[in-house]
Amino acid sequence: MPISEIAPLPAELQEWQEKIEKLAAGHGLDFFPTIFEMVPADRLNEIAAKGGFPVRYPHWRFGMEYEKLGKGYHYGLQKIYELVINNDPCYAYLMASNELVDQKLVMAHVYGHCDFFKCNAWFGHTNRKMMDQMANHGARIRRYMDEVGVEPVEEFIDACLSIEDLIDIHSPFIKRRADRHDPGERKDAPPKPARFQSSEYLDPFVNPKAELRRDDTEDTPKPHKIPEHPERDVMLFLLERAPLNAWQADVLSIIRDEAYYFAPQGQTKIMNEGWASYWHSKMMTTQIASAAEIVQFADHHSGTVASSGGSLNPYKLGIELFRDIEDRWNRGAYGKEYEECDDHAERQDWDRQLGGGRDKIFEVRRVHNDLTFIDSFLTLDFVREHKLFKFGYNPGTEYYEIETRAFPQVKSQLLVNLTNLGRPHISVVDGNYKNRGELYLEHAYTGVELQMNYAQDTLQNLHRLWTRPVHIATVIDEVETIVSFDGKSVTVDQGDEVESEEDD
Amino acid sequence: MPLDIERDQRRFKEIVRGRLRKNLRKYVTQGEMMGRKGKDLVSIPIPSLDVPRFKFGDNGAGGVGTGEGEEGQPVGKGGQPQGGPGEAGSDPGSEHFMEVDVSLDELAEILGDELELPRILPKGDASLQDEKSKYDSIRSTGPESLRHKKRTYLKALKRQISTGEYTPDDPRVVPIKSDKQYRSWSTIQHPEVNAVIIYVMDVSGSMTDDQKEIVRTEAFWIDTWLGSQYKGIEKRYIIHDAVAKEVDEHTFYHTRESGGTRISSAYKVCADLIEKDFPPADWNIYVFQFSDGDNWGEDNEKAFSELGDRILPHVNLYAYGQVESPYGSGEFLGRLKSRFGESHEAIVTSEIEDKDAIYESIKTFLGKGK
Repeated sequence: MPISEIAPLPAELQEWQEKIEKLAAGHGLDFFPTIFEMVPADRLNEIAAKGGFPVRYPHWRFGMEYEKLGKGYHYGLQKIYELVINNDPCYAYLMASNELVDQKLVMAHVYGHCDFFKCNAWFGHTNRKMMDQMANHGARIRRYMDEVGVEPVEEFIDACLSIEDLIDIHSPFIKRRADRHDPGERKDAPPKPARFQSSEYLDPFVNPKAELRRDDTEDTPKPHKIPEHPERDVMLFLLERAPLNAWQADVLSIIRDEAYYFAPQGQTKIMNEGWASYWHSKMMTTQIASAAEIVQFADHHSGTVASSGGSLNPYKLGIELFRDIEDRWNRGAYGKEYEECDDHAERQDWDRQLGGGRDKIFEVRRVHNDLTFIDSFLTLDFVREHKLFKFGYNPGTEYYEIETRAFPQVKSQLLVNLTNLGRPHISVVDGNYKNRGELYLEHAYTGVELQMNYAQDTLQNLHRLWTRPVHIATVIDEVETIVSFDGKSVTVDQGDEVESEEDD
Repeated sequence: MPLDIERDQRRFKEIVRGRLRKNLRKYVTQGEMMGRKGKDLVSIPIPSLDVPRFKFGDNGAGGVGTGEGEEGQPVGKGGQPQGGPGEAGSDPGSEHFMEVDVSLDELAEILGDELELPRILPKGDASLQDEKSKYDSIRSTGPESLRHKKRTYLKALKRQISTGEYTPDDPRVVPIKSDKQYRSWSTIQHPEVNAVIIYVMDVSGSMTDDQKEIVRTEAFWIDTWLGSQYKGIEKRYIIHDAVAKEVDEHTFYHTRESGGTRISSAYKVCADLIEKDFPPADWNIYVFQFSDGDNWGEDNEKAFSELGDRILPHVNLYAYGQVESPYGSGEFLGRLKSRFGESHEAIVTSEIEDKDAIYESIKTFLGKGK
């Protein structure tokens, strides 16, 4: 749909696009056909507010996002340079007010992203016709809004969005079970009598021991547990089990599809940005920028990869790690012999002239995500060189403070932050809790508590989907706790004392 | 193809207004929650307009940063570490509410709807004409100071080209008298209905900061509502203990005296002010008096005659708000009522026990629609 509305780029940019595309392909980048559209700032903000998809379904939060972006742009606080959509063909939007040197930089950057989308394994299962799919989602949701009204649909979307994190990001790769539960599988054996009432002296005759044992062991069907094993894909579980009518189920499935589409972008942010920055910087400095443009390029480039105020810039971390890998593999600075060398000078001058760096980074961009990327390639030398540190919250001073610069701690903190996209690990454990059809979730506590006010509101939204009481087991103040919402009030059960808060 | 973004934006604003309505009593009661932004905007915190999710608490998780610094050195204030670590995975820092900008007019409309305030029909119709000059036209005569150089040059150039005087090799353009163009103005008259709010407050020792806070909050809503009903509104402030004087807004809220209380002194200043600056034929006059109800007994009679003779006949509304104070006797309200009757057409009174009473008090004051 958007193709028809795309105006051709101005001739000069079109020429540059062709040139840059050839250069990118020449370096071995492998991308979908890429369509550039040049748009004014407010239009770019509109598209960005919709997550990159102008055709997306209507929802108030996009309006909120647009207000924020518009304000940020208006006050000069932020400006979106470019926007790339993972789709075949790839769509990329250029900001009309950018200067030529920026447009060239952005185009080179975009080809890096397009290559990453196409070649990185974690994007392997994403829908490459998402632009069409999003339009389709939009049409379906608009139709429901016409049928049942804007507000009920929008409020239902709100509830679905509350749990859009609760998907199993590995399920596109690992089939843990069939998607749809087949009710035919269940063998509902008639209930067996357990023990009959009898007076004591008759008991051995009325309830013969052999018979009781048989009940216990042989054909007594195990009580059917729902789900059989804890499930990460809470959205799917609700889709199959919650009492939803047809439009609600469809809306939930739409939100779930989009969540799966966007998940790999969250899993590969450092790599994806690092990769695109690596390529724009390589192409700009060696092939594209004229002598007159190089200073301006350097200025803007350093702006994007700058680290300010102690914060870690994913663009910077990504590009530096790719460069480090390329350099180490060129020199052969890896493997047992290198690792075991503890002479600092020798390690620095290490050069086996292997020249395998380029191949290595292409391999890395194909198979890794941020978590495995950091796990495999963040080294002690790198952490020292880039002055990374671990910080933590000090309740005494109410400040985040530098805790340590020790390599193992820094690395493990980074890995913790990247695990499950930095979100709590939550599964459905029981869909028939207390044998009353209540929903019981479990948070795998790893030392960091849930934010309680958010958790309570999320439970309320979950209740709108499940319509029966919902619970989450977690840990608060080192005490195992169940937070529940029964439709009226939130209760926090820590075993001995029960706190109840009326919901207004 | 039109984008839905305008629709989304509209929905967002509707939802914001809905939240505002729902929590209006809270905002009215706790005026200090709101921040003033420029002249016409206030920013209001709206609870949880983001989508709630299961997420880690703000202060639990740490992160990784980069740069110089010793162990123990702070890198960011609690709840708001500086951006970066969030980028790399965790997402600390976002609050459970957001600030939205609302125009005062919009706020007044919500207030009006929720409190069911009647619209005010200004008295004295459009008796006052306001004149404005606007430089919006061009004439061929006028003072040199208003000469329009560009237009003059263009006219001279046209003339020279049409008469063949212009030679591109020697591009001199010399205006003659008939080329000269001058800016000119027209006078626009528009009817203006004027209104003035006169605030009177007792600043004697028995009025504490708590009481003044209440006055300030009430005044904010009164300003907002009346401001939405009139174009251009004047505000005057009178403080008094045993003596009274007119002051500016800042002084009004920040003065504390220790003297006794003589309300008549304030009425006199108020009446003089009306006489001098606000001829009642042209002005809609509102007087809001706040006090803890203390007055020197022998002063009451004098005060009431001043009020009855020189103020009440001229005002749209005289509102007396009695703020409960641990020190004040609170007698004045009863005296006022017995003197002027329970239902004097221009008088409206309200007792404000605490912040929670502000909401009803505003409704009482403004509910008359005067």
